[in-house]
Amino acid sequence: MAHRVTINGETREIDAPGDMPLLWALRNELGMVGTKFGCGIGMCGACTVHVDGQATRSCSMPLSAVADKQVSTVEALEQTPVGQALQRAWLDGDVMQCGYCQAGQLMNATALLTNNPNPSDGEIDAAMQGNICRCACYKRIHAAIAKVARDEETANA
Amino acid sequence: MPDGVQLSRRTLLKASAVAGGGFALAATFPMAGRATAVSGPADLNAFITIRPDNTITIVGKNPEIGQGIKTMLPMLIAEELDADWDSVSVKQGMTDAAKYGPQLAGGSFATPMNWMPMRQAGAAARAMLIAAAAQRWGVDAASLATEPGRVVQPGSSRSATFGELASDAAMMDVPDPASLKLKDQADFRIIGRAIGGVDSPKIVRGEPIFGVDTQLDGMVYAAFERSPVFGATLKSADLAAAKAQAGVIDAFKVAANPQASLVEGVAVIASNWWLANKARASLSPQWDNGEWETHSTKAYAQAAKDAWASGKSDEVFAEKGDIDATFAEADRVLEAEYSYPFLAHVAMEPMNCTALMHEDGTMEMWAPSQTPQGGQQAVAGYLGVEPSQVKVHITRMGGGFGRRLNNDYMVQVAAIAKEMPGTPVQLIWSREDDLRSDFYRPAGWHKMRAAVNADGKLTGWADHFVTFDLGDGAFNPAAMDATEFPAKYVDNLKFEQTKMATAVPMGALRAPRSNALSFVMQSFLDEVAHATGKDLPTLMLELTDGVEAEPETQGFVGPQPGFSAPRLQAVTRKVMQMAKWGQPVADGHALGFGFYYSHMGYFAEVVEASLDARGNPVVHNVWTAGDVGSQIINPFGALNQVEGSIIDGIGQAIQLAVEIEGGAAKQSNFHNYPLPRMPMTPKIHVEWVLSDNAPTGLGEPALPPVIPALTNALFALTGKRVRSLPIDPQVFA
Ligand code: FES
Ligand code: FES
Repeated sequence: MAHRVTINGETREIDAPGDMPLLWALRNELGMVGTKFGCGIGMCGACTVHVDGQATRSCSMPLSAVADKQVSTVEALEQTPVGQALQRAWLDGDVMQCGYCQAGQLMNATALLTNNPNPSDGEIDAAMQGNICRCACYKRIHAAIAKVARDEETANA
Repeated sequence: MPDGVQLSRRTLLKASAVAGGGFALAATFPMAGRATAVSGPADLNAFITIRPDNTITIVGKNPEIGQGIKTMLPMLIAEELDADWDSVSVKQGMTDAAKYGPQLAGGSFATPMNWMPMRQAGAAARAMLIAAAAQRWGVDAASLATEPGRVVQPGSSRSATFGELASDAAMMDVPDPASLKLKDQADFRIIGRAIGGVDSPKIVRGEPIFGVDTQLDGMVYAAFERSPVFGATLKSADLAAAKAQAGVIDAFKVAANPQASLVEGVAVIASNWWLANKARASLSPQWDNGEWETHSTKAYAQAAKDAWASGKSDEVFAEKGDIDATFAEADRVLEAEYSYPFLAHVAMEPMNCTALMHEDGTMEMWAPSQTPQGGQQAVAGYLGVEPSQVKVHITRMGGGFGRRLNNDYMVQVAAIAKEMPGTPVQLIWSREDDLRSDFYRPAGWHKMRAAVNADGKLTGWADHFVTFDLGDGAFNPAAMDATEFPAKYVDNLKFEQTKMATAVPMGALRAPRSNALSFVMQSFLDEVAHATGKDLPTLMLELTDGVEAEPETQGFVGPQPGFSAPRLQAVTRKVMQMAKWGQPVADGHALGFGFYYSHMGYFAEVVEASLDARGNPVVHNVWTAGDVGSQIINPFGALNQVEGSIIDGIGQAIQLAVEIEGGAAKQSNFHNYPLPRMPMTPKIHVEWVLSDNAPTGLGEPALPPVIPALTNALFALTGKRVRSLPIDPQVFA
């Protein structure tokens, strides 16, 4: 059955079963492989996308549930100011090791800072704890998010 | 300073012009004992290419798993070339043993293997650019120097960019690498600078660079059903039912091939991986689990206890002095039983590989493998063709940790793709497959004994190690060396072992052997230290007091420095100072120490820990002093490796275990294999102790000491000794 989903501002028709997770529709039906598979059960955050602005685990979100919703993925991250600032902080701080989890980390961090531009250390920990980094770059992920939050604050001061 | 491995005379350099202008330097880095001339034009084999527009392309020859090698090796070349780093781009090399020598991500070998050869290759190119400038200006080459990206004549206004000189440089004689003078450390401009990963800009944009991101026209997806019980064989499966599922293209049996680590099972092929994986449920496979079904961690642990009780072992593998008399005469005898579990690798990117069997019978693969050459050979062996018939693209990997040293998934996809010539197939394992089809870090059991005399001196040290019989592979992750610390520093010693049969696959996990033995040895030494009224760092310093560095030995990568007690002493003293060892800490907190030497690196670490309200350990601070030689090549990558290793080790100590039950791994995904998450991250303080040795690798040696440092801290805090991992909070109750 064909599903109509808006992805990064573009409406796409996806002909796949409605219970197919959004992750696999993105990766194998549309060839958008920036969104990563890590666990398939909502435990690692590698597959994080935004659905109507909310950080969402695409491995656990059936295609039928995102019909007529706005999905955005890492491929469109640089189109938002927060996303772009985080990408820059990630590069400046050389956050990643293997990099495989980072699309999910960035998508989750973007949702965090969009909803809460000035999170405390504890709030960063709480918001990011659903995202596993097997390489354990946590110190740098945390620092990069805190830096973007700080810079925003300075810019708005 | 001993420089370690050199670019040998057998390493052949060849220069040529590039179509459209420019200079290409090709190099072959032969495997030991095998010299092959660069065949064909150098520009096709180019290792370093300089174009008239000043862009420089350097081939990254080793696989990138997140250890930073794709950035680090080109840094070495660019340094001696005196390139402007911003003009350098890095291209991943193909699998080609004849051209590149070993292409391996493992054992922290790449740094010591390449430190000199990469720099010498860069220096050769620089010498040719200088020669070209000397010729153009009619001056003596000795009067010329380089600035980043250009040749200059100090004291004159002569200056030309590398790009301007590139086409001429291609005509110059290639110098003998051994004749080239390399830069002094003080003159480094790129080595020692914190440089971001070359792929990182692509990663933050979600560009397709990992193995599993490979996309080919007409590609289909494969999922693989196997028995969770190791050693099982397939009796039957309902292929028709699977084929009837939505999106399924085919389903067929794959026969086992133990030599190639290929297990028996069923491949399901579909237009989408999720559909292929889902269809596995309709296979209703029947397995013959044979005798292995009765195997379990519990049974192994019981067998270890039985072996200890019997007093008999299979083999004594280290013995000196008179151990029986020493224990009989000891003032005090300490005895303890230590154990650690199986562990999984769980690289973030699950195992996968893409393969295309061409109509002419050659196989092309896109392989996230730490040993792509090994994979190429395994696939060629399996298919009965020459390795040259198997073309292997090296992809970036979402982690390795040693899992991708085994290329079973490469053979598996080859077995599938050969049934579908002309159709590219991407095999992906689910996380459940990944956790239940690993080559696990071996579990192990140690019955330790120590004898202390009336002066409080450690006089005897003994271990009855119960481990697994893994045959005679190249590297046995379940073995212990006869020299395991403090073997050399006690007068009376006995190491014996008992080996159990098993079908559980085992392999190297980051800092293999060391990640387990560090816990046992440094914990039990901590017991000795406490029993004699000392602390562990003091005992370590006493044991190695006045001992000189051992002479150079021949290691896997060539000449390497022998174990150095002075380096152990230096990092130990350093970390004691960093952590203010011996001074009071916050209420309810305590410090613990651990040292370990592995992969040529010396690491001493101190952990500050407490227990939370529910009695679970919490790590607040980790101080680390490391000696990996004279130079930290890329401080960005180096620190990331150390921080990652420390958190990895803490996770293993606190909460990770794979339990074998009914012949299969019980853990299946992150809910029951709970990797560390952000809130667990302690403050990590790292300092380097530079020493007069060629630099060595950092992927592994920072991990082992953190585990005993944590359990020793918990002893200091509670007086309760953790002797089994992962830490059971009941110990402190
Ligand atoms: S793949 Fe979706 S949370 Fe892990
Ligand atoms: S960088 Fe490797 S999993 Fe996060």
